[in-house]
Amino acid sequence: MTKQVEEEAEALARVAVGAPGKQRSSRGRRARSTASAYGFMAPAAALVLTFFVAPGILLLILSLTNLSSANFSQAWNFIGLDNYERLFTDPFFPKIARNTLFYVLTTLIFFNLGLALVLALVTTSIPRRAGFFFRLVWLLPRLTPSVVYILMWKRIGSADPFGIYNQIVPEFLGGSGGNLYLGGSPWTFVILTNGFIGASFGMIIFTSALESIPKDLLTAAKVDGAGTWRIIRDIKLPMIKWPLLFIATYQTLSLLTSFEYILLLTEGGPGLFTTEVWALTSYKRAFASYFGNSQWGYGATWAIVLVTIALVLAVVYVKLFKFNELVEEPRIENL
Amino acid sequence: MRVELDNLSKSWDDVIGADRITLDITDGELVAFLGPSGCGKTTTLLMVAGIYKPTGGTISFDGHVVNEVAPKDRGIGMVFQSYALYPHMSVFGNISYPLRLQKLGKGEIKERVQAVADMMGIGDLLDRKIAQLSGGQQQRVALGRALVKQPDLLLFDEPLSNLDARLRLTMRGEIKRLQEDLGITSIYVTHDQVEAMTMADRIAVMSKGVLQAYDVPEALYDRPKTLFVAAFVGNPPMNFFDVDIVRDNGDFRAKSEAIDLVLPQDRGEKAAAADGKVIMGVRPEDINVVGDATPPAEGLTLNGEAVVVEPLGREDLVGISINGVDMRVLVDKTKEVAVGDTISLVFNTSRAQFFDPETELSLLWA
Repeated sequence: MTKQVEEEAEALARVAVGAPGKQRSSRGRRARSTASAYGFMAPAAALVLTFFVAPGILLLILSLTNLSSANFSQAWNFIGLDNYERLFTDPFFPKIARNTLFYVLTTLIFFNLGLALVLALVTTSIPRRAGFFFRLVWLLPRLTPSVVYILMWKRIGSADPFGIYNQIVPEFLGGSGGNLYLGGSPWTFVILTNGFIGASFGMIIFTSALESIPKDLLTAAKVDGAGTWRIIRDIKLPMIKWPLLFIATYQTLSLLTSFEYILLLTEGGPGLFTTEVWALTSYKRAFASYFGNSQWGYGATWAIVLVTIALVLAVVYVKLFKFNELVEEPRIENL
Repeated sequence: MRVELDNLSKSWDDVIGADRITLDITDGELVAFLGPSGCGKTTTLLMVAGIYKPTGGTISFDGHVVNEVAPKDRGIGMVFQSYALYPHMSVFGNISYPLRLQKLGKGEIKERVQAVADMMGIGDLLDRKIAQLSGGQQQRVALGRALVKQPDLLLFDEPLSNLDARLRLTMRGEIKRLQEDLGITSIYVTHDQVEAMTMADRIAVMSKGVLQAYDVPEALYDRPKTLFVAAFVGNPPMNFFDVDIVRDNGDFRAKSEAIDLVLPQDRGEKAAAADGKVIMGVRPEDINVVGDATPPAEGLTLNGEAVVVEPLGREDLVGISINGVDMRVLVDKTKEVAVGDTISLVFNTSRAQFFDPETELSLLWA
């Protein structure tokens, strides 16, 4: 036997027999470190299990029943997938789905991402104090109780000649631009009320990301010949790629499940399902149907389908935006 | 390109960054801005780059005032301490960026990037991401990016400070050679006086926003005009003694409680003009231990005690105390000086410097 073969055979033998001592201790160490990893994860895991997984399972069970305020004193009555069939054959289902898509995409693109980015870029380009002041102003809607906030919007959006908008704006525009009111343009107001609040979250995240770009990089770009627009496009936006993708993901999901401003502003109206979105339908079916007829089972079905869509979207986002690259170990940096 | 700074100033509210800097740089020259951190050297550089707007004075390139010219139109290349490479771009993306902004053709860009990368010895790394490069390679990319647009003026902002000592030595030589080959006028900001001395044609020494001296390295070393320059230039630094200049039988002597040395006629005469108390400066290499090569000399020899010995390899840096006055002296290794030894020292007073303690100006050269 050659020396190499001998060594290989020896190594094989060691593996077969199990090198005493050494291997056991390394296995023990690994077990200990696994145990401590679980220990660190336990508090968060307990929260997720208690407040997300467990209610989710209950909701799933509920969606298979016809439990409502009409029969809640009786035992659960399982009706299979009847609720699901009812949901997908609902004549207003396509409208609600379209409304939801429109509401999420428009608010996300123009406000939660677009306006947030513009605000962050502008408030980081002006003197620090002024930038801080304007960001504070933009945070005010978020700090206002939602009922008060919506009441103000209702005053703004009252019909001509009462609305604040209709009293002020046409005067400046020489008579044009008048008669914008809630009942006439409900979507405009739904998007604006949500967008003005939604933009501030992205604004804060983008601002801190923009401010952490090293000054040298911006100086280098200027010297290299980049103007304001090229610096934004070539340096600033790529440098805040991760916050952008995070806000896009997070805000899609939170818009998808949000409905309280729409409930307060239009209640899904005016008319039939004009501004009704998925989450609002779920709420109305479960808790606020006509004549106090709360259809908990059917409402749960709408919620379950929405949660499923959100989960699929979350997975798609994570894969699409390669979020796992974020947690990759840094490459070796040898000097 | 000729660069002229005329009374160039920059201040923020109550902070003065640069105070009436006036100097000229001839075509093809490498000038170092040397000084401790916060001395205004980077502020001045950023004004030349067009990043900071001067609050006073002018910057001229080839006789044209460029105060109002945007950085991108100044024809400058810049290299940073942090390299300032765009982390989301490849090596090619970084080097080609200035050319892409000039909207050159794809073919020309590729050609010029390859040429510069080959010159920098990174021609085979063009596809790499920045994070996959070592510090030295990153600095080469940064240099390539500055050179690719064939600038008229190169600005270096402490480009070697982030590199380890050995690499710094190599890159120092490389930058100097490149600059000479290409003949590009350059400004090199550094706090490392060795870098400034070895690389620069002329050095502008700055302190607290004020230009202290602007001269060739040898002149700064041998004929420092201010106390600051004398203290900052040279390593290990110059020793300073508070002395009185007295006349004794036609000889000038530097005297204090610890020291009594005879001065050469010309220097003594100028030092005496200050009327009494002066600061005398003697470089460590101008104080020699009495031995075979340096015989004791009348009026130039003093005895002291070694209080600390720092081996530098080729020689020892010995801290010596003469009656409570401390100084540093370079001593040959073969002397085998140990802490506590009493040593006889010969002072080469023909190279001693003298400063007015009030104005801190040289009595010999100012």
